Amino acid sequence: MADYQNLFTTVQPTSSHLHDGVPLKGYDGPRDWKPFLWHLVGRFGNAQIGPIYLGRLGLMSLICGLFAFTIIGVNMLASVNWNPIQFVKQLFWLSLDPPSPAYGLSIPPLNDGGWFLLVGGFFLASVLMWWARMYTRARALGMGTHIAWAFAAAIWLMLVLGLFRPILMGSWSEAVPYGIFSHLDWTAAFSLRYGNLFYNPFHALSIVFLYGSALLFAMHGATILAVTRYGGEREIEQIVDRGTASERAALFWRWTMGFNATMESIHRWAWWFAVLCPLTGGIGILLTGTVVDNWFLWAVKHGVAPPYPELWAPTVDPLTLNPGAK
Amino acid sequence: MRTIQRTSLLGLAFAALMGLAGCERGVPVERPPIDTVQSGFRGTGMLQVYNPRTVQEQIPLNAAPEPLPAAPKDGPKAKQVYQNVKVLGDLSTAEFVRHMTAITSWVAPKEGCVYCHNPQNFAEDSKYTKIVARRMIQMTQHINVDWQAHVQQTGVTCYTCHRGEPVPSRIWFTAPPQKKGADFIGNKNAQNTPADTVKGASLPYDPFTEYFKEAKPIRVAGDTALPTGNRHSIQQAEFTYGLMMHMSDSLGVNCTYCHNSRSFGDWAQSPPQRGRAWYGIRMVRDLNVDYMEGLTGVFPPHRLGELGDVAKVNCATCHQGAYKPLYGASMAKDYPELSTLVQVVAGAGAGAQAADSKALAATAAAVSAGGKKP
Repeated sequence: MADYQNLFTTVQPTSSHLHDGVPLKGYDGPRDWKPFLWHLVGRFGNAQIGPIYLGRLGLMSLICGLFAFTIIGVNMLASVNWNPIQFVKQLFWLSLDPPSPAYGLSIPPLNDGGWFLLVGGFFLASVLMWWARMYTRARALGMGTHIAWAFAAAIWLMLVLGLFRPILMGSWSEAVPYGIFSHLDWTAAFSLRYGNLFYNPFHALSIVFLYGSALLFAMHGATILAVTRYGGEREIEQIVDRGTASERAALFWRWTMGFNATMESIHRWAWWFAVLCPLTGGIGILLTGTVVDNWFLWAVKHGVAPPYPELWAPTVDPLTLNPGAK
Repeated sequence: MRTIQRTSLLGLAFAALMGLAGCERGVPVERPPIDTVQSGFRGTGMLQVYNPRTVQEQIPLNAAPEPLPAAPKDGPKAKQVYQNVKVLGDLSTAEFVRHMTAITSWVAPKEGCVYCHNPQNFAEDSKYTKIVARRMIQMTQHINVDWQAHVQQTGVTCYTCHRGEPVPSRIWFTAPPQKKGADFIGNKNAQNTPADTVKGASLPYDPFTEYFKEAKPIRVAGDTALPTGNRHSIQQAEFTYGLMMHMSDSLGVNCTYCHNSRSFGDWAQSPPQRGRAWYGIRMVRDLNVDYMEGLTGVFPPHRLGELGDVAKVNCATCHQGAYKPLYGASMAKDYPELSTLVQVVAGAGAGAQAADSKALAATAAAVSAGGKKP
């Protein structure tokens, strides 16, 4: 009997447990790698590594992703005059930026956003093929397609940021730059340009689901670990065959907050919280600039933003005192 | 064994962190304690953040020098005694000498009189520095008279910018365009560089040309809830952001010194400092266009920027990290000649009162042109 631990998995498979998985069907490609065991990895997850199913979609997705990644990298390297040391030193500052606003939705020259659009195309192709791979591999195992649809929620947000919203705004320049600091600057500038995104209710919802996901994950993980000593990690069996672990866990939450999810429903809670985070976030981004131009004023208009006590006389806009000034 | 492992792991993590922090310019990681001062309604993030160690360093750097003892106003005027005195001719000789002594200590304490004057003939204009200095005195007068919306009664003197250096330490030139070779790959888009101008951010690194020389629109946020034709792009917003980083850095303050935390664009809720800053931006632009650019041909090439443009002023030129230059100490009150607008008389000097009327009109217009513009 393995002893109970909080952090590391003590149960490790032995070589007699190695398996390739279910038989492949006609259209499927071959699986790569002979499976092998890696004890250290087994401390955190399953010690069996492989086999990997790459397949046509996986291969094409990786190639497209590699193209996107390389174009970004080479642009960054070129922007520091091909100096590898500066490339490393300035890496966080470097960026591949979208076209200038003047180009609207037209195709710009390569070095003024053309590379950016190319990367967008490759990136999108890569992600969509990876999605299809998630879907077909789940089907091949006779699983539901929940993972693919959760991934689709993230792709929705990506599409809104890089494709749908720029098209609705009539300018590729609205898209997010590819760079560490530059995408953060974009986020801040986006909020400043559109009157403070914190007053965007869909942004608020997205944050609720983001933090909510973390909270739920912590609650669920802690609950299961806490009842592992009673066999609570066998959650799925306990959906229909509640043992003392499940009863104790449920009672704990009823005692402390009056309500508990079940061994079955907690996973639905988690899935929906995670999926709704990018779904609502994407809606919030899509509405910004297209339907609402200044979220703070929108919030004032609808009574969301309360007035604060005046601590100084209202400042007069100097432009109203100097009409026509620049 | 475990301890060794743990120690080496910690060491590795620390080295990695330092390696990151050591990127290019040294990311300004400031250790606690940091002081915060509430400046608005509670719970709204209206705070000023100060690093007490930085403030301690800055206080002596921003101390105003003692004024020179006042000089008698009576006696013959400078223009009657000296030749070629175009701006300060109405001072008494004693006041004039006092002013020259002060300006030497403010601008060229090491070099002395000869930094601007030919020791054989103090009156002649053979040194470029003298022509620049004369124009700068006019500029100072223009600031103190026409830009009180920004400098108030405190005013400025040469020392506000120069601080004992012939060339003020905080000036700017237009950034040369990126060398793009065949313009095929590697466009930096005038940003994405750890630039001091924007305090090491990757924001557009030359907001000065846009706003302190040209008058590109700074306001990007819409003033209606729903779209009503505001087409300012996010990239424009980043330029504005770059300008604001410069202002924040120059004044040693954070955003909420001028802006309320929930709507940066809203004037009514903004602290009153924002109105002062608005005039400051226009003042700087006026000084660059009407005073500095006119001197481009006067400066020798080594004083010009890479593109051959003249040194120009921005917020940091005067403020130098202080929310008010010299923490609000008024030096100008001790030098009232710097708060009087003087119209330069062409060829003025002893006996040269009959000025060319055309030149007079032209110079007067040049002097007052900026003042009328807000």
